[in-house]
Amino acid sequence: MSILIDSQSRILVQGLTGKEATFHAGKMLEYGTRLVAGVTPGKGGQRHLGLPVYNTVEEAVKSEEPDVSIIFVPPLVGAEAIMEAAEAGLKLIVCITEGIPVLDMLRVKSWLKRYQASLIGPNTPGLISPGQSKVGIMPGHIHRPGPVGIISRSGTLTYEAVQQLTAVGLGQSTAIGIGGDPITGLKFAELLELFRNDSQTEAVVLIGEIGGSAEEEAADYLKTSSYPKPVLAYIAGITAPAGKRLGHAGAIIEGGQGSAGEKIERLKAAGVKIIDNPARIGLITAEVLSVKN
Amino acid sequence: MLIHEFQAKEFLRRLDVNIPEGRLAATPAEAIQAARELASPVVLKAQVLAGGRGKAGGILRADNPEEAQKLAAGLLGSHLATAQTGGQGLPVFRLLVEKAIQPKKEFYVGLCVDRKNENLAVLASSRGGIEIEQLSASCPESVKKIGFYPDEGLKLFEARRLAYFLKLEESSVRDFVHLLQKLTRFFIDHDLKLLEINPLALTADGKLTALDARMEFDDCSLPRHPELAALRDESQENELEREARKYGLNYIKMDGQIGCLVNGAGLAMATMDIVKHFGGRPANFLDIGGGVTEEAVSRAFEILLSDDQVISALINIFGGIVRCDLVARGVVKAAHSRSLKKPVVVRLEGTNVAEGRKILEDSGLPFTFALDFERAARLAVELSGVRI
Repeated sequence: MSILIDSQSRILVQGLTGKEATFHAGKMLEYGTRLVAGVTPGKGGQRHLGLPVYNTVEEAVKSEEPDVSIIFVPPLVGAEAIMEAAEAGLKLIVCITEGIPVLDMLRVKSWLKRYQASLIGPNTPGLISPGQSKVGIMPGHIHRPGPVGIISRSGTLTYEAVQQLTAVGLGQSTAIGIGGDPITGLKFAELLELFRNDSQTEAVVLIGEIGGSAEEEAADYLKTSSYPKPVLAYIAGITAPAGKRLGHAGAIIEGGQGSAGEKIERLKAAGVKIIDNPARIGLITAEVLSVKN
Repeated sequence: MLIHEFQAKEFLRRLDVNIPEGRLAATPAEAIQAARELASPVVLKAQVLAGGRGKAGGILRADNPEEAQKLAAGLLGSHLATAQTGGQGLPVFRLLVEKAIQPKKEFYVGLCVDRKNENLAVLASSRGGIEIEQLSASCPESVKKIGFYPDEGLKLFEARRLAYFLKLEESSVRDFVHLLQKLTRFFIDHDLKLLEINPLALTADGKLTALDARMEFDDCSLPRHPELAALRDESQENELEREARKYGLNYIKMDGQIGCLVNGAGLAMATMDIVKHFGGRPANFLDIGGGVTEEAVSRAFEILLSDDQVISALINIFGGIVRCDLVARGVVKAAHSRSLKKPVVVRLEGTNVAEGRKILEDSGLPFTFALDFERAARLAVELSGVRI
């Protein structure tokens, strides 16, 4: 098993004919992901990378029955793309686009309440269930199938963590980037709940960072849920100055809220194993799993 | 993007919100002229893009034009360091000279994006003039928050509820409700992230007047508000940070000795953290981003090296979209142009790693290679003069 995506998942690419999308869709196909169609308004009827292209998500859904959409469109139309996918009945929407205005995302979040869709991102590298399906822009070759679930607010830091895990012989069930923006779709708590019920996953690694309260919400969830699997966390930004945005739009300590220290304390109190050296994510996870088994 | 108080007040004036009569002054002569025209005691307010100006001595009262001139001479051209700027502070190039107003009461009114509840929020307090974070901590009962959605806006009854919470007199309730309506509409139409009026004064004649104003726009939405671009004041940014922004780099100057060049925001933060973990101090946050060019990498490394505090540098690249050979070429170019003498530790991983390493090795420059993240960090810390 895995969560959210597996070898059966049928993937639609919104913005398929663009440069970024073309490159990454090619990589996804190489990985073995089941891409079934693309959408680019005005290019309906064409074929691109061997895939049929439609003008609207609605048409693509009718003809190709995708259940997941991955979005590569410019930031000012990102919110529209997410809403279109939800309205057309997609169950999982993965938005890679970076730079969607915050107010647009607030509109998206209230729109999504009307539908059954789950959103990953925006500003995410996407997600991967190694050996089954890659719906994102991460380098596929560093991943291996295995027992560790990963939930992260970052891109390259997740690749670092994955490589460390693979190096110590620990594969991954599903690795998910939840996105670096202030307003995102699924967060740590909801994804922990999915990993809880996944038989392949034996431990979960959280990679958080300064800003917002997603880590604190995860701590609250873990505290009250008698979580059956070990959870580890690394929180980036212990050296971050207050009030400065560190690369990710969401990585900012505002009004003294959202510091790494505060998040670490909350997670620790909820029984999470804190990793204080980002070069030891693999080693410490291996220790925790070997003690458990 | 934060804008100055005088710019925010210009927006308020256009919205027909009461603001004190004032003039902008860039020289002491303009300040004395402004004070004469206003013909009353004035307040001189340093225009810097940071809060906490009052406590830092950036807001001064002058009872006559001569005093205004004297105080202006002291403020203009100086640097104002507030609790929010830290360090040497921000340069003061302009003063807002305003008629001093004697408020009967002072309130706080703020609009912001509420990340936790994923909506917008309006906050109000009967204790104006104090920072909201401080208020929420010290007397939360004096603050009321109402959430609303951008497509729905704030309802009249919600605005009224806040007015009554502030115990406004009946004659001011209507003014307050109108004010909130205008502010929320402006906030939504212009994609703001923060709008604060603190304090909002109730004056003896029963008027609500914005004594201070703070506005922050969402950088992501600026392309659809081209008219806002002119409001950016680059004089308020660190010179190196400004240069970096031109090349699409995320650079933030810190106070340490180890310069860091990394791809990806999370990995860049983790790189600073591991430097600290081994007892070193990062000189900067630098994320070169995903779509970086060789030219931008070169500029990034030059910016990093032009920081005199830097003793050693750490390059940490996990190539995915970014290719190691592209980074290596940019780094070598910058190193040659600045005749690099400082030790540089390099850790490359991912796409085109072998080509990248070869370019660095063949350059004949003082690069030290580390095989993994931890060894790279330890080495960079040791080379900065810290014993591990």
